[in-house]
Amino acid sequence: MTDLQRDQQISPPSQAAPVLLGGAAAHKRSSPAGRSLATRVLPPIGVFIAFVGFWYLYAGVVLDENGRKTALPYPHKVVTSFYDGKIGEQPGDLIEATRVSAVVALAGLAIAIVIGVTVAVLMSQAKWIEDSLYPYAVFLQTVPVLALVPLIGLLIGFGFPARILVCVIISLFPIITNTLFGLKSAEKGLHELFTLHNQSRFTRLIKLQLPASLPAMFTGFQISAGLSVIGAIVGGFFFQRGPRDLGNRIQLYSARLSPGELVAAIFLSAMLGVVFFQFFGWLGQRLTRNWHQPA
Amino acid sequence: MGEVIDLTIVDSEPGSNAASRAQVPAGGVVFDGVGKIFPDGTEALQDISFTVQPGEFVTVVGPSGCGKSTLLRLASGLDHVTSGECRLDRSNIGYVFQDATLLPWRNVQDNVELIAELHNVAKADRHDRASAAIQKVGLAGFERHFPRQLSGGMRMRVSLARSLVMSPPIFLFDEPFGALDEITREIMNEEALRLFASEQFAGLFITHSISEAVFMSTKVHVMSSRPGRIVATYDIPFDYPRHPDLRFDPEFARLSGELSHALRGAHT
Repeated sequence: MTDLQRDQQISPPSQAAPVLLGGAAAHKRSSPAGRSLATRVLPPIGVFIAFVGFWYLYAGVVLDENGRKTALPYPHKVVTSFYDGKIGEQPGDLIEATRVSAVVALAGLAIAIVIGVTVAVLMSQAKWIEDSLYPYAVFLQTVPVLALVPLIGLLIGFGFPARILVCVIISLFPIITNTLFGLKSAEKGLHELFTLHNQSRFTRLIKLQLPASLPAMFTGFQISAGLSVIGAIVGGFFFQRGPRDLGNRIQLYSARLSPGELVAAIFLSAMLGVVFFQFFGWLGQRLTRNWHQPA
Repeated sequence: MGEVIDLTIVDSEPGSNAASRAQVPAGGVVFDGVGKIFPDGTEALQDISFTVQPGEFVTVVGPSGCGKSTLLRLASGLDHVTSGECRLDRSNIGYVFQDATLLPWRNVQDNVELIAELHNVAKADRHDRASAAIQKVGLAGFERHFPRQLSGGMRMRVSLARSLVMSPPIFLFDEPFGALDEITREIMNEEALRLFASEQFAGLFITHSISEAVFMSTKVHVMSSRPGRIVATYDIPFDYPRHPDLRFDPEFARLSGELSHALRGAHT
């Protein structure tokens, strides 16, 4: 083993580990090392303060009392409408609506993930399947979802399932394309290794292609998670039967000229999308952190 | 013996003589007039004939693009001959690729277990085999590391260990150390020879490095540029185990010089 010591590439694990762990930790942080918390957090806070200031300016100087009631209230009025839900409803109504929207978006996303991954796996197995299905995946992506809404209502009614279907349609395409890209991303050499040992398509799929596809697959999930929330809002806006969600509320508040609640509902919709997007980003990173470096 | 021949897969052009199966050596490789023309009409190999016996380490050295890697693809069954025959038992061969080709999401232990896993070896057994192989390539203590935490040389060791797990009687090396720096490459050469001494496989090694060819081999074939033909063959007389300082031996230099001239002649 004397030759081993000459191999400068190898150091004992006890020495190597801290260096490697340090390396891994450095990769985790997307911003360059040395940037302090303050320099990363202060600029967006500054932008937020400027935005709110402009809002007060607009509501206080440009709009009159009537304008603040019918078009845009002061920011603090929006904050209070989170919990004092007026218009003859219970306090906390917007929070409940957000929960219902989250359930709709999650249900739609879950269905889209099952269908999307299955379709991508089928496409990865034969070129003719890919060629047959791909145009329709593109069609789903390019047709405006608003144009489909009346048709969905006529087909399956104007209730809760219709909202979920909107989410499925809007989130399917990124899952299919990203997963398919991931399934095809395994190195040629690795494929040859499996060929050499006479492996079935199934083993190749389970042990090679699916693990290789995880980073791209989760990028797809992440994009679709944000889209699914949009789908839930659009669905709730048009399909009013069933539990009240954010889409319902937005439709109601705009009809009743309640800008405070409206802005609050819009804000909650955006936050819900951000939470979904961040969660799937985090989950994907966690599952692949040992081997995948996010770009 | 009969069993070994039953397992043998003969890759040959249609209509060739089936009786030649009898010449298949147990645990060896026979190239018998092998030619390869790709579908696009490129002639990669022309009338290649040589054998690799168990306990032999045969190297094919040639200029880039001469088709020497194709030779291994034909032997392993990744590709098929268009003339002649390539005879060997393909049921258990070790194949070391140009890149380490590790699964990046598996740690060292699980990567080394892969081939045993693909051959449905029981979990406890493949764990023991993998641990032994990791020990042999000097990576004990790195079992839980992931490929991206390892240097190029260490990844290549993992790749070697993975091929060792099923104790294949035939080992095919496709320029495995070509991407490594010179000192790491020399160390890997010595490691591979140590494995050759302990495992006694039939080794077929592809490289474009003359010193690597002379240092490793019992026999070196020099291949011409496309279409690849064998233009010279040298027996390398040095005894094993070979000391690293053999590279500075005058006889080593003389053989390397001869090979170099043969290669220049082949490189038209």
